Amino acid sequence: MNKTKQITLLINGRTHRAAVPANETLLETLRGLGYFEVKSGCEKGDCGACAVLVDDEAVDSCLTLTWTVKTQRVTTVSGLGTIEDPHPLHTAFIERGAAQCGFCTPGLIIAAESMLRNDTRDPSLDDMRLALSGNLCRCTGYTKVFDAVTAAARVVREEGGPK
Amino acid sequence: MYANFDLHLPKDLSAALAILGDAGDDAKVMPLAGGTNLIVDIRARSLTPAALVGIGDISHLRGIDVTNGQVVMGGKTTVSDILRSPELTDRASSLVDSARVFGGQMVRNTATVAGNICYASPAADLVPPLLVLDAEVTLERREGERTLPLSEFYLDYKRTARRPDELLTRITWPARSSDSVDLFYKLARRKGDAITIAGIAVALGVADGKCTRARIALGAVAPIVMRALEAERMLEGETLTPELIEAAAHQAAQAASPVDDLRASGKYRRHCVQVLTSRLLTQAWRRLS
Ligand SMILES: Cc1cc2nc3c(=O)[nH]c(=O)nc-3n(C[C@H](O)[C@H](O)[C@H](O)COP(=O)(O)OP(=O)(O)OC[C@H]3O[C@@H](n4cnc5c(N)ncnc54)[C@H](O)[C@@H]3O)c2cc1C
Ligand code: FES
Ligand code: FES
Repeated sequence: MNKTKQITLLINGRTHRAAVPANETLLETLRGLGYFEVKSGCEKGDCGACAVLVDDEAVDSCLTLTWTVKTQRVTTVSGLGTIEDPHPLHTAFIERGAAQCGFCTPGLIIAAESMLRNDTRDPSLDDMRLALSGNLCRCTGYTKVFDAVTAAARVVREEGGPK
Repeated sequence: MYANFDLHLPKDLSAALAILGDAGDDAKVMPLAGGTNLIVDIRARSLTPAALVGIGDISHLRGIDVTNGQVVMGGKTTVSDILRSPELTDRASSLVDSARVFGGQMVRNTATVAGNICYASPAADLVPPLLVLDAEVTLERREGERTLPLSEFYLDYKRTARRPDELLTRITWPARSSDSVDLFYKLARRKGDAITIAGIAVALGVADGKCTRARIALGAVAPIVMRALEAERMLEGETLTPELIEAAAHQAAQAASPVDDLRASGKYRRHCVQVLTSRLLTQAWRRLS
């Protein structure tokens, strides 16, 4: 039997106490707690639909064991902004039509945010391809995604956010 | 995830080595780094560990340093760390290039160098560059540490010199100057997130118009990532000409033992070894002269 531990998680700024077994992935924990914006696609690191930020870096939550993130901040796509106060990536994805069915969108936005925080806020097409190559989208053909990320990066630069 | 295992999260290296040491030769107790190989295999039930030893909290195992003419890289350094390292851009361009064509961002953010080396896939992308850089690996266990050349680490398909109670803690190689060049090329279906069909790294050193040091490493075309030693010997001490480069590339292709699989036929792989080795040697030599 897998051991279970009470652990504390900080998700989108909210503290949760949960009983989590050793074999539980962060994807399972997040969806179990109601964070359904984190999508389950392939569960083997191929599609990026499950991406979340751990501290400031995007990871595939399906490959992450929940016990290993216990002291870190977890951010899902909903933690980046609200309906009233959306993140520039949220706005740009809507305005540029970068979401069609929307299944890949939470992961794409998280991966783009991770690039803006860690790599560059003035991404070239190659930078975006590099940053988003772990996210599969079956609908958009990626062109509008790159348009949206380019537009959002401009807003972030003007607002002077991190990096 | 359907699987049964215990998960240890030791606070420091000695605690991790103690857990691994108590398990002794029991290979069912496995180190867990980024999990990008391990979790995939556990979910697919091709691996059934009894316990995992997460090394995430051992922070000093992560990072890149250049001291006393040596590049020292902690085993827990991630692929993204390599891409973001100003130290490596000039000192190990083959390694940086392999990091750039490695998986997708989320995998690069978590995948570690030690994990890539220890999983021992013949298609491991960081390994050909590390081989041509003459990397050495340090393995630590409770009783002490040992260092061996990466070229002696691989024994056979997915078999390595690592004992189950050892952690790979550091990778080191000599920092070289401007009289040497190293290059890497990954042939795959796409640039992003694709498994390597053939991954070739070369390094050349030059003095007085002659090649002083030649290294050629071949990925995904044999049971292990291999050096083309015969081909290297043909080049050392010589002034490289197109004919000599062609002959060495041919020799490297003969030394490979590629398989047919869903990504490519063995015949195609061997052809690509020849073409890519020749191309990389030509580029490297041109940069040196
Ligand atoms: C979607 C996807 C894309 C990928 N793309 C690529 C790619 O392009 N190129 C490529 O080469 N690989 C690729 N991989 C494979 C994988 O990401 C790499 O091999 C990675 O470097 C493994 O590192 P890790 O830290 O995740 O290892 P883990 O999965 O944690 O461990 C792998 C193995 O190494 C052992 N181990 C880990 N750390 C240590 C240590 N310090 N000492 C001793 N043993 C240790 C573990 O016990 C295990 O046996 C990909 C994987 C996925 C899921
Ligand atoms: S569900 Fe995690 S990468 Fe596909
Ligand atoms: S919008 Fe449908 S998968 Fe990307």
